[in-house]
Amino acid sequence: MTAAPPAGPGVVKTAPGPTAPPPTPKSRSLRRALTRALPVSPAVVLLVLFLAGPIAYCAYIAFTDLQLTGQAESSFVGFDNFREAFQDEAFLNAVWLTLVFTVLSSLIGQNTLGLALASLMQRASKPVRTLTGGIVITAWVLPEVVAGFLLYAFFRREGTLNAILDWLHLPSQNWLFTLPILAVSFANVWRGTAFSMLVYSAALNEIPKEITEAAEVDGAGGWRRMWHITLPMIRRSIGTNLMLNTLQTLSVFGLIWVMTRGGPGNRSQTLPLFMYEQAFQKSMIGYGTAVALLLLVVGSLFSVVYLRLLRTEV
Amino acid sequence: MPVAPTLKSRRANRRYAADVGLLVVAAAFVLPLAWVVLSALDPDAGLQVKIPDGVTLDNFDAVLEPDITFTPLLNSLILCGGATLLTVVCAALAAYPLSRFRSRLNRPFLLTILFATSLPITAIMVPVYALFVQVDLIDTMQGTIFFFAASQLPFAIWLMKNFMDGVPKELEEAAWTDGASSFQSLLRIVLPLMGPGVGVVTVFSFVMMWGNFFVPFMLLLSPDQMPASVSINDFFGNRGTVIYGQLAAFSVIYSTPVILLYVLVARRLGGGFALGGAVKG
Repeated sequence: MTAAPPAGPGVVKTAPGPTAPPPTPKSRSLRRALTRALPVSPAVVLLVLFLAGPIAYCAYIAFTDLQLTGQAESSFVGFDNFREAFQDEAFLNAVWLTLVFTVLSSLIGQNTLGLALASLMQRASKPVRTLTGGIVITAWVLPEVVAGFLLYAFFRREGTLNAILDWLHLPSQNWLFTLPILAVSFANVWRGTAFSMLVYSAALNEIPKEITEAAEVDGAGGWRRMWHITLPMIRRSIGTNLMLNTLQTLSVFGLIWVMTRGGPGNRSQTLPLFMYEQAFQKSMIGYGTAVALLLLVVGSLFSVVYLRLLRTEV
Repeated sequence: MPVAPTLKSRRANRRYAADVGLLVVAAAFVLPLAWVVLSALDPDAGLQVKIPDGVTLDNFDAVLEPDITFTPLLNSLILCGGATLLTVVCAALAAYPLSRFRSRLNRPFLLTILFATSLPITAIMVPVYALFVQVDLIDTMQGTIFFFAASQLPFAIWLMKNFMDGVPKELEEAAWTDGASSFQSLLRIVLPLMGPGVGVVTVFSFVMMWGNFFVPFMLLLSPDQMPASVSINDFFGNRGTVIYGQLAAFSVIYSTPVILLYVLVARRLGGGFALGGAVKG
């Protein structure tokens, strides 16, 4: 493989046979690169066929009037689906509810409660910490549909929440009817807080003890320590967590489907449920996909922000 | 009460306050969980958390039927087991060159992967359905398995690569000089050394798929192929009144495997484990 022995002056050089040309460094390194990249190929094939393919297809049929039944050909309709969407009250309602759902359950609920739990856990005694952590994480590990049933039972007229309110002599009501979006938001907080709690626990554990202790000796109270020391030090985790929570919440389907089916009426119909209804119950695949594409674009924007947050680490 | 509390007593007070705070949250979170456990054992379960009138296993007896429990669970196992296997094998193979060899393509590839991990999969289910109808993969187990694997792959590759980076390269170099191929060293040296990492990827993929409702709900049609995540809805609607005790019993049976798997992995890796680390990169 190394340099050939120097040929003597009288030796006739034999021409290399046509079958085995000496590999030039370039083709050899190319071949090596290909061999090395070979193991990646099964993953790439799967991802291209089943992930990139559907995304491309999504971008295509969003601009057609494809329907589920009775129509042989679909035709290209340009931006009609999008134009229709932005004039459709049901769509705008879904956008609004998605916003409410995301802000209430992800930004305010999971994020704040997760941080509160994580920082309380830093100080609490071990048994209490283990118990609370176990319960909160169980809620998270449960299958989505089961979580939906549990909270359906909790919020129903005959459910546990009303029983407690009665016992406290507070007015009870049919939560899934009067405030469905609030009920599903609480359900999502119940189910998703563990993730934030784990992320923040890991982040808080990395803050050197000396820093908080020094602040404590200097007389900084709990809130001021939180605001001036803890929060700035974990701001990257906050960013990451908010992004991931929001992306997760944007695509919640099963939980809401089980609890309310998007109802009553469409008062808890977030975008994924709206998309499903348009595509399958109303057979408007093209229109449903246009909504899906919008959701995908919003998701991608969040994804890009998330990548920028991680930029230094890749 | 001392006028100026010492640092020590202030800390003790703070610990009590933290304990009380956590217990309040724990009490709120435990109510729905208590409902499912108590109702499953209650001969006369309703929608409220209450102490059962008497403990019975009748609810479990009633649901432990082929149609209700065994077939859906078996379907779940085939679906999630198959897709997890595919995910883990593809992820391990793909992670190896990404972790071991330098290439100009690594960074763009990893960025794409990371980007894909956070895409809302829910959004592409309608086009996937339309596509599957065209290529005749709708209502097939293999189609659903392929899609499950593809949707879980980005995160699996990302996790696997991070775990693989933790295995020192020197160990393999010895094997390389002995003439072992990359594939052999991956199989014999790297993977055994990152056993816990492979475990995390496997369990995480499996748990995510086991609980997923939307994917099989969209891609499978015939009732005899439905996994537990979809068939559980049969307790509602079609059969008239809902027997909550049986629904609760089925929920317990269906949820137990993933809880056990989680405990297994969490034990192994201690508390908050890899997710926190994985999320931070």
